[in-house]
Amino acid sequence: MLENEEIEEPTIKPVKEIFQTFFKSYSAVTGLIILIGIAVMGFIGPIFYPTDPFDMVWMPFSPPGADGFLLGTDYLGRDILSQIINGARVSIAIGFSAALVSCFIGVGIGSFAGFYGGWVEETLMRITEFFQVLPTLLFAMVIVALFGSSVLSITLAIGAVSWASVARITRSEFLRIKELDFVLASRSSGSNNMALIFKVILPNAAAPIIVQSALLVGAAITFEAGLAFLGLSDPNVISWGQVIGSNRVYILDATYTVTFPGVAIFITVLAISLVGDGLNDALNPKLRSR
Amino acid sequence: MLLVLLVVVVLNFLMLHLAPGDIADTIAQTMGGADEQDMAELRKQYGLDQPFFIQLFNYVVRVALLDFGHSHFYNLPVFDLIMERFPATLLLVFSAQILSLFVGILLGVYAAQNPNGLSSLFVNMFSLFGYAAPVFWTGILLLIAFSLHIPIFPVSGMRDITIESGNFFVHFFDVLRHLFLPMITLASIFFAYYSRLCRASMLEVLGADFVRTAKAKGLSKKDVLLKHALKNSLSPVITFAGLSFSAVVSGAILVETVYSWPGLGTLAFNSIISRDTPVLLGILIFSTLMVTVGNLLTDLTLKALDPRIKI
Amino acid sequence: MEDLVSINNLNIEARTRAGTLKVVNDLSFTIKKSETLCVVGESGCGKSVTALSLMSLLPEGILNVSSGDILFDNTNLAQLSEAEIEGIRGNDISMIFQEPMTSLNPLFTVGEQVSEVIRRHKNLNKEKAWVSAVELLDAVKIPNPDKRAFDYPFQLSGGQRQRVMIAIALACQPKILIADEPTTALDVTIQAEILALINMLKQETGTAVMFITHDMAVVAQMADRVVVMHPGKKVEEGTVHEIFNNPQHEYTKSLLAAVPKLGEMASKKYPEPMRLVGEKKTKALKPIVGTNEPLLEVNNLVTRYPVKGGVLRRTVARVHAVEDVSFTIMKGKTLSLVGESGCGKSTVGRSLIRLVEPTSGDVNLDGQNILSLNQKDMREARSNIQMVFQDPFSSLNPQRPLFDQVAEPLRNYGTVKREILQEKIGDLFDRVKLPRSFMQRYPHQLSGGQRQRIAIARALALNPKLIIADEAVSALDVSVQAQVLNLMMELQVDLGLSFLFISHDMAVVERVSHDVGVMYLGRLVEIGPRQAIFRNPQHPYTQDLLKAVPIADPDKRKSERDLNFKPLPSPIHDLNYKAEPSVYRKVAKDHYVLTTDCGY
Repeated sequence: MLENEEIEEPTIKPVKEIFQTFFKSYSAVTGLIILIGIAVMGFIGPIFYPTDPFDMVWMPFSPPGADGFLLGTDYLGRDILSQIINGARVSIAIGFSAALVSCFIGVGIGSFAGFYGGWVEETLMRITEFFQVLPTLLFAMVIVALFGSSVLSITLAIGAVSWASVARITRSEFLRIKELDFVLASRSSGSNNMALIFKVILPNAAAPIIVQSALLVGAAITFEAGLAFLGLSDPNVISWGQVIGSNRVYILDATYTVTFPGVAIFITVLAISLVGDGLNDALNPKLRSR
Repeated sequence: MLLVLLVVVVLNFLMLHLAPGDIADTIAQTMGGADEQDMAELRKQYGLDQPFFIQLFNYVVRVALLDFGHSHFYNLPVFDLIMERFPATLLLVFSAQILSLFVGILLGVYAAQNPNGLSSLFVNMFSLFGYAAPVFWTGILLLIAFSLHIPIFPVSGMRDITIESGNFFVHFFDVLRHLFLPMITLASIFFAYYSRLCRASMLEVLGADFVRTAKAKGLSKKDVLLKHALKNSLSPVITFAGLSFSAVVSGAILVETVYSWPGLGTLAFNSIISRDTPVLLGILIFSTLMVTVGNLLTDLTLKALDPRIKI
Repeated sequence: MEDLVSINNLNIEARTRAGTLKVVNDLSFTIKKSETLCVVGESGCGKSVTALSLMSLLPEGILNVSSGDILFDNTNLAQLSEAEIEGIRGNDISMIFQEPMTSLNPLFTVGEQVSEVIRRHKNLNKEKAWVSAVELLDAVKIPNPDKRAFDYPFQLSGGQRQRVMIAIALACQPKILIADEPTTALDVTIQAEILALINMLKQETGTAVMFITHDMAVVAQMADRVVVMHPGKKVEEGTVHEIFNNPQHEYTKSLLAAVPKLGEMASKKYPEPMRLVGEKKTKALKPIVGTNEPLLEVNNLVTRYPVKGGVLRRTVARVHAVEDVSFTIMKGKTLSLVGESGCGKSTVGRSLIRLVEPTSGDVNLDGQNILSLNQKDMREARSNIQMVFQDPFSSLNPQRPLFDQVAEPLRNYGTVKREILQEKIGDLFDRVKLPRSFMQRYPHQLSGGQRQRIAIARALALNPKLIIADEAVSALDVSVQAQVLNLMMELQVDLGLSFLFISHDMAVVERVSHDVGVMYLGRLVEIGPRQAIFRNPQHPYTQDLLKAVPIADPDKRKSERDLNFKPLPSPIHDLNYKAEPSVYRKVAKDHYVLTTDCGY
């Protein structure tokens, strides 16, 4: 052959490259480890620290470290450490499932809008725009206030109000990719619309959607905490936001009752965003070798 | 814009309609129970016995006539209640938005000059903080700090009730002093976002062809940066700020609750506790209005910035 | 004559994640006062980097000069302070770039951008600088310069933007103008205008020009002397006649052999492959005869796009992309559609397989009217017509291995059993001369030419009768382009394929076609056998187009100093617009020319 252009020899799959880039980043790996640690704490921690978070175990407002309670007790004399361990489960579960809900809605709406264009796009994007101007927290407050504050309704409410960004990103990726020649080539070699959307375009649009969804997990956790802070949480389960909300009247007397759960949220969301940044670097095609 | 408001109103009605229990139930509850006959009368009084679409139509007409219903907790028309609180929220939202944009852009431009330097690290760390720390928690920490340790700013309310007389400036500075902490708290999230975005956008623009042209003209570093690059890097930041308006309003609700700022947020909080649904729905309509106006301002700013944009 | 610039043993290194990479290797040459030096080479040869180093504009931290020095007017640029360099840039040394679309700041008027450089270096006040900016815009032949100075770049065409860039570059009467591929992104008529303008201004001002290009035809037009670069090194240097008539280095020879020269096929009735350096001299170049049996007949094809506007997004106007186009493609032959950007040639290709829905017309493939087919039958018919696209970077799906991409059409149509799929794909890889070991690779591991071979393999998978090649070789370097063209011609002979070859490049079209159609603003203005079109063009647009094409031969330089072709009118018309039918006059057998108005 005459061609003298350079090509590298080994055949590495792009997915493998993504993992390699991801695991090379210290901050991303740190974030992932913290996140796994917190999840483990939430799901199997109660076995090793069986104190019931709803039990009044001691005097109210016992400061951290005193009387054998590492993080002290709240206004009802409940163990804050136990509340944090058990709250992790709810906060993380709500965070991930709410993000999953918005991801589904957002990808669905965004991909159909971007692929079909015309009045389909017009209608779907009007709806998206509408959800963009709606003050999300207020809307979720109204939903939860009217339909009751169960874990399910809170998750659905958060998911229902935060999908607009995913839809916007998905649409713009679809608009960009559907014009690329390989999509036309795939169409002219006989692929139908569903195959084009889900097998050809979506895998190529996945990177920014995944990054945005990762960020949504963190946003959903703070969102849930915000609702709980306003008193809109499921009274039957403990979540971090709820601990802050229920103690907020006493913050000046017992600052630790809000500091510790706040730190827990902060660290978790921080870890998620480190993972998100790592994913962004690993998935960003600009940084990957062409 | 009107369409958006109409949709919110219809959505409000739908949620009211679909939710378990109705106004009659709520009122009956606050009155301490009522018998079947009273309930029927209440339902008739509120038009709840009418067909669905008539109810919807009546609701939309009432809202269009600025009748948002009656707050049974405050015993006041919802509209009056909201108008009393609206200016405080408006002040908080817009001052925080402007402050965070200003500081965010300043910091972003500074950091972009040295993409691997200390300032860039600071911007990245700060934006992580802004994303990870729940705004009410930041508020509480500041509140603890400023009430227990450095009591130089008031941590609650909007005015000092002990100041009764005094000219306009006395009152103005009083409000400003009260505004400081809520504004900083709310701005802390967003200026973290904006600075990071501005840094990224500035870095991208600095790699653009026309920046190379500007350098090839022999312009100084300062002119290239502040004249050619900055103006081009603003659009994505302003666009994002426009998209963030609803998040700023959401944040304001939490911040107001923390600092007892007498705006729509505290009103919303109280109406949740007292199950005062008409007030909550009225607030939703008004804050949507606020976000829509904010978006309109964003569009106008973008138009002024970029001759290619037509509205 | 005196040396203006002298580059001595220049080495430039790129810092990448893999380590440092030498992009310019021990490069030395000089530029004399008032001469035009062309630096020519294929992508990645370090020619642009050399130009940037002369401007001291290498991106910091990524590229840096590791050794060697650059003398400008006997001053070593490396020893100057940043402020002194800024005083030289745009003043004594100025530069124009490849992309006129992005090289101007979108947020300032062109008047502001031209006067800025004058104020920077000439110490004039705002009003005086504006006046001389308008004069400069006039000098680069921008019509109504006093009004256009208030325009923003997006309101100007690509050619006008490049004129503005030239005005900026020449504002301070520099001693040398560096032009980095200034016409690569432009249409051929605009290119001719810009080249003529640079030559004219150069003669008026006496500035030296360092002209960087990949295009040997442009070199032949512009150069006094030539430097040929090949990965980072200078392989040959000489006067333009020495380089073209008596090349010494193997690389220069192969480069020249790979360039199709307009006019070299004039005596040949049928197209034939190019003879490339490195192939056996004994290998016969067989002409491709084809048949006279029609395969595809297109009658009165019209494609219009709606333009939506207003609050309700109603159709307010239409883009008349293709207007009343008719042609026939014979079995085993190639019809080329040639024209400049926006002429509708790509839309014709896409309309044929209904990637865009035509508004009206007939398309008959082997007697079957494609446009009247329902979705299911259309899918079947598509297997007879396949496309190869322009951009080798976007024509393959980056997420799937090559095997899957070539197999995709076969799987979609289910024509080949699973067991023999592997073998079938292997055959296709053999056909396009790629090793079978490439099957599990991903597109990013391939070069541009290899990707285009995969695209061809994919198009061949269904044994189509017709391949539509939409600018299929335009993005490739010239030596790779020649190989891909030869491959396509070989496949035509072996498989009896017909091609619809869509291109803007007259020289390539002359090389591959049996028949040629020239398009302008959605109309086919002239169609006929290749020799007739090139030897005896009848339509004024065809004549201008041929006049504009640079020829890769320094003895055939264009003499016009002041070209000004008609600007392209808008193809957008309101809803009431009635497009006239196309009426043709017969010039000779199979040679027709449009007699009705086409806007030119």
